[in-house]
Amino acid sequence: MFDKKAKPSPQRQRQLDKYQALVTRLSPKSALGQGLFRSFWVGGAICCLGQAIIEIGQGPLHMASNAASTLCSTVLVFLTALLTGLGVFDRIGQYAGAGAFVPISGFANAMVSPAMEFRREGLVLGLGGKLFSIAGPVLTWGVSASVVVGILYALFPW
Amino acid sequence: MNRIGQSTILLPRRPAVISCAALAGKKEGEGPLADDFDRIVEDDLFGEESWEKAEARFQYTAATLCLEKAGMAPKDADAALGGDLLNQIIAASLSAREMHIPFLGLYGACSTMAESILLASMLTDGGYMRRALCTASSHFCSAERQYRFPLEYGCQRPPTAQWTVTGAGSLLISGLTEDFPRAIARIPALTPGRIVDLGVTDANNMGAAMAPAAADTLCRHFEDTGTSPSDFDLIISGDLGRVGHDVLLELMQQKGHPLDESTYIDCGLEVFTPEQDVHAGGSGCGCSAVVLCSRILHQMENHQLRRVLFMATGALLSTTSSQQGGTIPGIAHAAVLEAPDR
Repeated sequence: MFDKKAKPSPQRQRQLDKYQALVTRLSPKSALGQGLFRSFWVGGAICCLGQAIIEIGQGPLHMASNAASTLCSTVLVFLTALLTGLGVFDRIGQYAGAGAFVPISGFANAMVSPAMEFRREGLVLGLGGKLFSIAGPVLTWGVSASVVVGILYALFPW
Repeated sequence: MNRIGQSTILLPRRPAVISCAALAGKKEGEGPLADDFDRIVEDDLFGEESWEKAEARFQYTAATLCLEKAGMAPKDADAALGGDLLNQIIAASLSAREMHIPFLGLYGACSTMAESILLASMLTDGGYMRRALCTASSHFCSAERQYRFPLEYGCQRPPTAQWTVTGAGSLLISGLTEDFPRAIARIPALTPGRIVDLGVTDANNMGAAMAPAAADTLCRHFEDTGTSPSDFDLIISGDLGRVGHDVLLELMQQKGHPLDESTYIDCGLEVFTPEQDVHAGGSGCGCSAVVLCSRILHQMENHQLRRVLFMATGALLSTTSSQQGGTIPGIAHAAVLEAPDR
């Protein structure tokens, strides 16, 4: 470690590889089929709920389609924040994985959970400073990527 | 020199464990050791306003209960030794603040209980202290927020992940001859651990990161003392969990000191049942502390166990080193415990 150029000796490398193989053999794997099934039905259910909100917005509430989409996001974010506050969403996340996360619900959970957790360190350095501790990387790289895509689109508009 | 072999320490006075206490949280209180704990605290916050203060209160309550059970006050111990998993071991310091006796704060990650037993038994054996109090604690909520994510963040835990035990264990070690008749267990030998790192970087598989250190300490102990696994009624590892437990069995087989599965247990697998959804088992300083200070010492007191090798394991990673891609340094300290002579 202290000599950055030094590679492990062949003997040490063999030991490391052998141990890695042992650990891989003895570590239980995530149940892929079960995980896919759970995330599919929970994620699908959240999306169906979102679609229902859009239909209600456009139908009985006579909203324009973009207003109905905003209504959908708002309601889903509110519901997730509520479930996070009630201490239920982390269980849904543990059960469904990405199915609970990829819809906008994951973003709401990533904002509300640090707000709750770090409130005790004060409103400024606690809640204010840590609010984006999980969602921050997504925003940083999401916004950066959209800027890059925007420039490319402006240069090659076809 | 009171040493034997490469690194095993012999204690000619055989200091005595004269009292012990274990406090556990709600989930642990629903586990298989419920009847052995001195107290089960249902409220995660323990009446405090933060997880860190709650953990400090766990630690302080375990320490004072341990002294109380021996009919003693803090001043009867010459020092408190202990630690926890939090940054700057704040729970141990807050707990010691209330005790007004010399305090030696220790960080050995989940091996802290064994590390404090090692030091306390040498201090009392050498006559530098009459009695020394060893305490270690961990708290699921304070550990989650420091090492992983906010509690309510809904990410999935992989099957190799372990569940930090909420609880604190404390025991009192004495080197005074007049205390020996009330001994629960005597400590004749110790083997301090050295760091072993076989390149595991996955902080969700700490059992695998610690198992090589555990194997190293066990082998050195057996070779130094000329004993074998069959000389012990029970060999106990701290918090290797399911993966580390299986890896250690395999490593010991390879190194020529095979462990018998009927006399080897891991505290991480003892403290919860598989139905409690803790994945690979329990972990944390509190894991080995509450198991040792409850069932194990009770069984030694009742002479159901005569000779035990207690080895707590620690994954000495920091969140910073993990994010920088560093491998996890593992450690394991071992102490021999013998039932009192009768």
